[in-house]
Amino acid sequence: MHPFEYAAPETLDDALALLRAHRDEARVLAGGQSLVPLLNYRLARPRVVVDITGLPLGGVGVDDGRLRLGALVRHHQLEESDAVARHCPVLREAARLIGNVRVRALGTLGGSLAHADPAAELPAAMTALDARLLVASATGRRTIAAREFFTGPLTTALAPDEIVTEVEIPATPAHGWAVEQFARRAGDFGLVTVVALVSVDRRGRIEDARLALGGVADRPVRAAAAEDVLRGEEPIAERVAWAAEIARERLDPPSDAFASGAYRRLLAGVLCRRALARAVDCALGTR
Amino acid sequence: MIARMVLNGRQREVEVRPNQTLLEVLRDTLGIFDVKQGCDEGVCGACTVLLDGRPVSSCLVLAPAVRGRAVVTLRGLERDGGLHPLQEAFVRHGAVQCGFCTPGMLLTVLAFLERERYPDRETLRAALEGNLCRCTGYAKILDAVEAYVRGEQGDG
Repeated sequence: MHPFEYAAPETLDDALALLRAHRDEARVLAGGQSLVPLLNYRLARPRVVVDITGLPLGGVGVDDGRLRLGALVRHHQLEESDAVARHCPVLREAARLIGNVRVRALGTLGGSLAHADPAAELPAAMTALDARLLVASATGRRTIAAREFFTGPLTTALAPDEIVTEVEIPATPAHGWAVEQFARRAGDFGLVTVVALVSVDRRGRIEDARLALGGVADRPVRAAAAEDVLRGEEPIAERVAWAAEIARERLDPPSDAFASGAYRRLLAGVLCRRALARAVDCALGTR
Repeated sequence: MIARMVLNGRQREVEVRPNQTLLEVLRDTLGIFDVKQGCDEGVCGACTVLLDGRPVSSCLVLAPAVRGRAVVTLRGLERDGGLHPLQEAFVRHGAVQCGFCTPGMLLTVLAFLERERYPDRETLRAALEGNLCRCTGYAKILDAVEAYVRGEQGDG
């Protein structure tokens, strides 16, 4: 590791002042599960590391059906929290797929979102959930929709002096859910990850359908066209398969050392179908 | 700078540089060689320690960020100067070959059993999926853990 200074501010204002002073030369340390590997491999060379784990940003709360998660909520809390299980069970399923047990012990929600790996589980889940990220800097506060937050590989709408403080997730009370992922080895990032949410109205037709994918583009994406062909329709297998087909057709995933774009695209179609089918069963109460 | 921790039950203050990991401090400064250095990216599990009771990769924890918390390494499992019963089960079942993954396996298993007392083999397999072993093929490790869970003693 290259040398750097270490600061552990005890208040949000102190942390934000440090980021304002050092801007691009500072890196924020939360759980460290993405930053420390980059430091170990000397891929990141910050002048200052600002450890924010002493800040009071670890709360889990429910407010008018909305789930409010502090940026320092750790992945294992998403797996274990009763409030998450009750108000946003898809998040528990997504969190279980993250890295390994050690990553989940330390990794944080805000850290995963700010790191913005295009294949990561939580960015895809937040994209499906239409989450809103509360962001702070020394000069102000703002809210960014998940769909606008991710702007490219490891790139977000955050300015260098901003940090994520909280994530707010709108209620999805009647939604069935599923997360489908294919990874080469347990603990790897998925080649493709699909998050599906489906609700069914009293006539048994699909009311709301949401489909988000990770690993198929430079950022998590919603399959809006596939969602459109599901809304108002009966949740039968043929319709689900057709929606998955539409999602697949509109993707043009990149190739890399692990999988070709064509293979990722094929995989995306299969995983979309499985995720939607399972989310439908879940919404109908048959699972 | 000074890093504080409760290491294997003892309060310690150690002089560290900000760019040192907990793994480096344990091995290079404190001479605790039961913590192994593997991949340096949190994938292999060789450097597992318990931080406030949860398994973490000590290669991915900056030393100053330990902030006084409790760190347990393999030697923290010692019972009256002897082996922990899980270690004995590993010996009995041939679950140790080169031994490099063993400390991480033992700590991960014990932390997991704190939460789930009587897991089946599939659950154990999933609990250990973040700990790589290149010798045993895992079968004997799982045998050893199952025997320990069943409370088997002796030379079985």
